[in-house]
Amino acid sequence: MLQELLTDYTLRTVALGAGLLGLVSGALGAFAVLRRQALLGDAISHAALPGIALAFLLTGSKAPLVLVVGAALAGWLGAALITSVTERTKVTYDSALGIMLSVFFGIGLVLLTYIQRMPAANQAGLDSFLFGQAAALVARDVQTIGLLGALVLLLLAIFWKEFKLLSFDAEFAGTLGFPVARLDHLLTGLLVVAIVIGLQTVGVVLMSAMIVAPGAAARQWTNRLGTMVLLAGLIGALSGVGGAVVSARAANVPTGPAIVLLVSSIVAVSLLFAPVRGLVWRRLREWREGRALRVDAVLVDLYAMASQHESTGHPHSRRALDVMSETSASTRKTLRLLRVLGLARKVDREHWALTDDGVERARRVMERQFGGSA
Amino acid sequence: MGPSAEIQLIAVVVAVACALPGVFLVLQRMAMMSDAISHAILPGIVVAFFLTGDLGSPLLILGAAVTGLLTVALVELLRKTGLLGEDAAIGIVFPALFSVGVLLIARYAGDIHLDIDAVLLGELAFAPFNRFTIGGMDLGPNALVVMGVILALNVLLLTLFYKELKIVTFDAPLAAALGFAPGVVVYGLMGMVSVTAVGAFDAVGSILVVALMVAPPAAAWLWTERLSVMIGLSAAFGVASALGGYQVAHALDASIAGSMAGMAGVIFVVSFLAAPGQGLVPQFLRRRAQREAFGCTMLIIHLLHHEGLENAAEECSVRHLEDDLRWEHAFASVAVRTAVGEGLVQRDGDALALTRGGRAEAHRRLVVT
Amino acid sequence: MAWAARSNPRPLPNKDAIEMTEQPDMTPDVIDVRDLTVAYREKPVLWDIDLRVPSGVLMAVVGPNGAGKTTFLKAILGLVRPAAGSVRIHGEPYRRVRSRVAYVPQRGSVDWDFPTSVLDVVTMGLYGRLGWIRRPGRRERELALRALDQVGMESFADRQIAQLSGGQQQRVFLARALVQDADVYFMDEPFQGVDATTEKAIVELLQELRERGKTVLVVHHDLQTVPEYFDHALLLNVRRIAAGRVEDVFTEENLRLTYGGRVSFARAAVKA
Repeated sequence: MLQELLTDYTLRTVALGAGLLGLVSGALGAFAVLRRQALLGDAISHAALPGIALAFLLTGSKAPLVLVVGAALAGWLGAALITSVTERTKVTYDSALGIMLSVFFGIGLVLLTYIQRMPAANQAGLDSFLFGQAAALVARDVQTIGLLGALVLLLLAIFWKEFKLLSFDAEFAGTLGFPVARLDHLLTGLLVVAIVIGLQTVGVVLMSAMIVAPGAAARQWTNRLGTMVLLAGLIGALSGVGGAVVSARAANVPTGPAIVLLVSSIVAVSLLFAPVRGLVWRRLREWREGRALRVDAVLVDLYAMASQHESTGHPHSRRALDVMSETSASTRKTLRLLRVLGLARKVDREHWALTDDGVERARRVMERQFGGSA
Repeated sequence: MGPSAEIQLIAVVVAVACALPGVFLVLQRMAMMSDAISHAILPGIVVAFFLTGDLGSPLLILGAAVTGLLTVALVELLRKTGLLGEDAAIGIVFPALFSVGVLLIARYAGDIHLDIDAVLLGELAFAPFNRFTIGGMDLGPNALVVMGVILALNVLLLTLFYKELKIVTFDAPLAAALGFAPGVVVYGLMGMVSVTAVGAFDAVGSILVVALMVAPPAAAWLWTERLSVMIGLSAAFGVASALGGYQVAHALDASIAGSMAGMAGVIFVVSFLAAPGQGLVPQFLRRRAQREAFGCTMLIIHLLHHEGLENAAEECSVRHLEDDLRWEHAFASVAVRTAVGEGLVQRDGDALALTRGGRAEAHRRLVVT
Repeated sequence: MAWAARSNPRPLPNKDAIEMTEQPDMTPDVIDVRDLTVAYREKPVLWDIDLRVPSGVLMAVVGPNGAGKTTFLKAILGLVRPAAGSVRIHGEPYRRVRSRVAYVPQRGSVDWDFPTSVLDVVTMGLYGRLGWIRRPGRRERELALRALDQVGMESFADRQIAQLSGGQQQRVFLARALVQDADVYFMDEPFQGVDATTEKAIVELLQELRERGKTVLVVHHDLQTVPEYFDHALLLNVRRIAAGRVEDVFTEENLRLTYGGRVSFARAAVKA
């Protein structure tokens, strides 16, 4: 497969384009996820459609740069309107997103159908922005993606410190004298560019996943912003290349959905298995802690009963422990575990006693719990 | 009834059916769930279609409704892990489900009559050709019958559970305390959204569903605070979008669904500009009027605070207002003019002083504010 | 009568008067707020506030919920645009003395699950001084570590901020303000929801700042501790009710004016 990737010109072009867009949208998307703007990407990508159609109508050109500029202007206008509506009226952010997304898209659709019915207009290819058509990517498209993507990443690197501060504590940034509103516009503008360069490959509908998913997955693996953004870019790039390859190899698998399903699986794996934050690890930790608590509780109970006798190794019945235990669960399993750990021994069928190690640990537990007063 | 009248009637029915659940989505800050659900129902439709082989089967609606609720549950599940924000959860779940749908269609339904363009964009112009017949009797276009039933269902549910929906929307904790189970009501609402979305996708496509569910209620919200009025206005705005959109589409020979969404947007923008209370223009006019009254109040309270103090002469002068209080010249002169005109302030060259009435008024306004 | 006195433009320059007017000019007030009015959609949030704070003072800003305490700080810091009035710090508008002012926002105003470390957050206090584009280096790291040491959090430098307790988060915010090395500090509810250890640490820090001649304005919720922790207080409820030394300002009458009908609550505070 790797060989094919290197030798097949079409596949190489497509994979390179998809990888680049994944890299850029992943990196910018990480910021969108952290700033709770995950759905803004969805709105921007839909809002870009009339821009593409208008750019074609006005210039008659299908040059990728022309269409991307049109898309970016419309997407940016949509984002600005969302902010304006939320700030000036009681209409909430989610409604403003929904309105801009659907209305801009509707207008785009009107324009597209209008163009289609224009006599002799060579509109072929504009449709690909709806659902994405990676297979139609040519070298010129990839150059545009690469150029704009590099510009976006460069600006992100230059203003890294400012964007980090803006995302964490915009108000504090304001007191330090940074122009918060302008920085916010710049970061949103970069997000807009990251989105529009991906539209042709992934399509308007699925582009939001390319913004949200890599960042959401990357967040689970690290607690550092730099690592997160880098990782999100890598996950995006990997999904882009992977999706392009799968789509090229398998019959009837469109690129957009292939990329999205790939990146969604990475999210699922990250949520489950990422160390520390992952759900599986968290469950395991909870289970371990719960077990440790049960072990300690039984140890202390045994110790408390035994300390009423001369020897702390004095055996007691399991029933008595069940009565003392605060949980209704049987202590049998815990006792068995104690024996495996060498903290208690079974005297006969029903009776259990602490070993020396057990006495030692029970004392330590009680010291911790009661501050040594016991 | 000609096809053109039938198309408009379908559009109107769809618009009203969408506006009803839309009001509650907008008020509960869940507008983007309409976007998520209308996309995510695709795999449900496709699977049900594979099972029945019939695009008109009621099983499709069931399949879609189940997928819609699954979407809501999945988003909730992801959010509850605490690892993702709700917005990120929505933004991941619906593209994934939509991709599954697209993939199923592309792989297994390539030559059957079900394509994504239709799902996403709809084609209202063809709706009249697909007739609903029972025993050879033509009851009208299929889409009209289906959406009519869904509209009736939405009206019925809304009437029956109006009180519950209202209380859950405005005070979920109180609703829970009264035993109304907000979760059940919200899932019920989402069920309504799913069923409406799947009924509508055939005629107008899933993106327009979002436009009709969100834009008319949001526009209506700018005009009124009352829930019942808001519902009525939303329906009216929906109807206007439908009819206006049809005319535009007819004139341009372009997509009807797209034009309807555009028209819904126009209505929203007009409301955003003109609605009394919330609209930008009334806000601007009111602000200008209030600025005069506000300046006058600020002036007399300022004078009240400083009269009798050692630096009163300096504080109570026109020059001071502009130099030290940073009032713009126009604002200061309007404030002084209004205050003098109302007989609250006496002006002596540059020096300003409260009249007796002005002092009383300043005390009164100080208590009020 | 009062009007007659006012119509006289300026007192005659006798010797006493010169001394009286010169005195404040020799040690100008660090914070000088005049006729500050802030309105949100034409609704006044702060009305005609005057406040002069001399150097080396710990001042509590006290008032009921919605009294405009946070807005007051934000207006001073230029985060909220006032409808009228002026704010001067060291005799200059805020934007010209930024580097001499530090700010501790409410702890709840940021997302503590943000992927960053304690040291990183503290370093943000130096971003203003670094200016555009320049990255923090070793010097900034050392300054940040020293600030962390001052609040007893040095060993937490590499922790992810989500792993901190409420009190620890507050101390990180304080360290971020300390690293700014300012003369004037504005703190919004630093005692909100912190443990006893942190509360004690903050009080000690405030006293240390006062000893070093810094001026600190603290939005504070707990009336009982005002006389113990602070030497000046501003009682605020949209308007300025009173300001000055705590023992002069904390009268039953003033507190009743500030808190409205909740007299018993206010009385308890005076006795405490």
